Amino acid sequence: MKMPLSALIGLVLTGLFLFVAIFAQFLAPYPIDSAVGGVWESPSSTYLLGTDTIGRDILSRLIYGAQVTIFVAAASSILAFSLGAILGFVAATKGGWVDQVLSRLVDLVMAIPSLIIALVVLSVLPLNLTVLILVMGVLDATRVFRLSRAVAVDITVMDYVEAARLRGEGGGWIIFREILPNALSPLVAEFGLRFIFAVLFISTLSFLGLGIQPPLTDWGGMVKENKDALVYGKSAALMPAMAIAALAISVNLVADWILSRTTSLKGGRGA
Amino acid sequence: MPEPLLDIRNLRIEATSYPPGEPPRHVVLVDDVSVSVEKGKVLGLIGESGAGKSTIGLSAMAYGRGGVRLTGGQILLNGRDIREAPVGALRNLRGKEVTYVAQSAAAAFNPARKLMEQVIETSLAHGVMPKAEAEARARSLFAQLGLPNPDTFGDRYPHQVSGGQLQRAMTAMALCPKPDLVIFDEPTTALDVTTQIDVLAAIKRAIHETGVAALYITHDLAVVAQVADDILVLRHGKKVEYGSTDHIINRPEQTYTQALVSVRSIDHVEKTAAKPVLTVSNVTARYRGTHFDVLKNVSVDVAPGQTLAIVGESGSGKSTLARAITGLLPPTSGRITFAGRDLSRDLAGRTKDDLRELQMIYQMADVAMNPRQTVGTIIGRPLEFYFGLKGEEKRKRIQELLDQIEMGKGYENRYPAELSGGQKQRVCIARALAAKPKLIICDEVTSALDPLVADGILKLLLELQAQQQVAYLFITHDLATVKAIADKIAVMYKGEVRRYGSKTDVLTPPFDDYTDLLLSSVPEMRLGWLEEVLAHRKMESAGN
Repeated sequence: MKMPLSALIGLVLTGLFLFVAIFAQFLAPYPIDSAVGGVWESPSSTYLLGTDTIGRDILSRLIYGAQVTIFVAAASSILAFSLGAILGFVAATKGGWVDQVLSRLVDLVMAIPSLIIALVVLSVLPLNLTVLILVMGVLDATRVFRLSRAVAVDITVMDYVEAARLRGEGGGWIIFREILPNALSPLVAEFGLRFIFAVLFISTLSFLGLGIQPPLTDWGGMVKENKDALVYGKSAALMPAMAIAALAISVNLVADWILSRTTSLKGGRGA
Repeated sequence: MPEPLLDIRNLRIEATSYPPGEPPRHVVLVDDVSVSVEKGKVLGLIGESGAGKSTIGLSAMAYGRGGVRLTGGQILLNGRDIREAPVGALRNLRGKEVTYVAQSAAAAFNPARKLMEQVIETSLAHGVMPKAEAEARARSLFAQLGLPNPDTFGDRYPHQVSGGQLQRAMTAMALCPKPDLVIFDEPTTALDVTTQIDVLAAIKRAIHETGVAALYITHDLAVVAQVADDILVLRHGKKVEYGSTDHIINRPEQTYTQALVSVRSIDHVEKTAAKPVLTVSNVTARYRGTHFDVLKNVSVDVAPGQTLAIVGESGSGKSTLARAITGLLPPTSGRITFAGRDLSRDLAGRTKDDLRELQMIYQMADVAMNPRQTVGTIIGRPLEFYFGLKGEEKRKRIQELLDQIEMGKGYENRYPAELSGGQKQRVCIARALAAKPKLIICDEVTSALDPLVADGILKLLLELQAQQQVAYLFITHDLATVKAIADKIAVMYKGEVRRYGSKTDVLTPPFDDYTDLLLSSVPEMRLGWLEEVLAHRKMESAGN
């Protein structure tokens, strides 16, 4: 099948972001945390994207920030999906009180805006990467739970699942071999979306000061540091904001393409 | 010879299909088909699924379903070619000169509106007649179609009437604007035989009395033989044979037509048997949270190498009996003994051997196989799960099973979507056989298949039974199938077994009322059968 242009662009950009994130240490022209120039210098050949509020090179900080932002978002999304999908499938296959307890618990968490829960929890717990990833992952898992339960409920009533039950198969086989392959395409598409929401979420938290702590930095934190530059017509705050937008769009382009591809797979839902 | 009302000449219909993972393909759905219908006559279009019969039917309205293009030939309605007619003209024609009766009336009616509003809707939309006249006409049509309380029938909502009545209401809807031509697309296929005969008679009478021309589309030759004047037999979008009903039924020329006419001619000698492998005694069951027994005191048994057929119309409890035996619906009372041991009521309490020796084959092979697993995985899993087979040993056994279902090499790596309907059902049979079962429950295994394919499946099942002495519990509503394969029959009605015994006993008079009704409702492949049955029933009811 021919790859559409949009998917190609998305793939190239996503690949570029990943490459930068992985090899940040080698790519960044200046260290992350030393003031190398004047305050808010305009882009020049020395400082490609200018300098920030205390004279650090913005390009270098963007590159290091990519590493942190993408790592935290990816880790929390993976956690959210493992937790949410498995619990969602269990709720759908077991039904009865298991389903009730899990679903009501999820309702409870979802009833409170996740940003508020996150702020409350993070202001109590020690602020480090592990806690941040855990909190984001668990909060996002509720959304994944909803989706995977809804998808799995449709699949559990199919005759082939009944056939597996009549064969005497255990829950593991039914969840991972009968249901998961048929639920994969909506989940993959959702992963793309959730990853982006995670990027936005960690950026929001950092902007509010409860996310990534110095000396590390991420894109949301950089927006916060440089937001005053906007008043003076400097581009410093726009750079990390544009990076967030570009990452969001490119990952979404890839997710769209995967969705259209997997649904037309042999006998898939869309076929 | 009078001018034909509808004259289709050298019709060619094409479409573009988009197979997954491959470049789009150009397909010819209908190729060089010519038919004509005169006023007051009925043309039957017959063929298996994918033969193009519905496509031709819809082309009489110059309509093609999504992506379908009418690319060649002429469609003359009352002498003018409607194939190239502008959309405005077609809009005026559809629902006024040509009307359509769909297969599933339940899906075709708007559940939120009363029947009368929907029946007269097209007549009003086309300005054929004023509202009062349309309502009067609808009421007279209701009476003609034998609907109860024709004066008030239209005040009901679709969910308040039965499936057969709804199908007749749709026929009334089609006849209301006084069309020249009505297209019936499998109007009785979704109905039980006992209902089908009433609807069939009603449609036939209505066609006769209103004098419209009709296209009658079906896959059941015995049904079309009762209503059609001429029959066109189609296969793969091409004409196989076209002639009068008498000609097609009594003197078919093409081998394909001959096969269709003689289908279900399997000779099956009834076997008497020894000790039963499965005994169901006094089983009563209800669904959780309800207070209504869906099975009442059911007792049946079946011996190794024997076939017990459970017959009855939809809602009679046949499939529920299967669920009770498999443990999916634990019975509230009664006993099930299998292979000499008492079976636990629910699935969780059964041993691996209980599960292995009792296999099930489903009606819809499409959803009975995981679309993401290959044929090899589907058949291989029971081998691995029950017998611990691995690697080369497993592969060899899979091939053996594929040979048994006459599919040969090269199928292990295919996905279900890459198989035909008959092949899918064969793979399901292989999956059941892989467990080396003592009993296989076959739940309507042939009802979703075309008649010739279904015949092949039945022959295969009988062959396998002779080889392996496996018992079948065969659930079906199709009495022709029952005659072909059963050794014992249980007739079910409203959750009870009405009649039970060896095939000859059950099918030999005297019958109880229900069995009589059921047996006499099965369409026979000859002309005039419908009239005979109706006349017979009338006489009997007059005698009582």
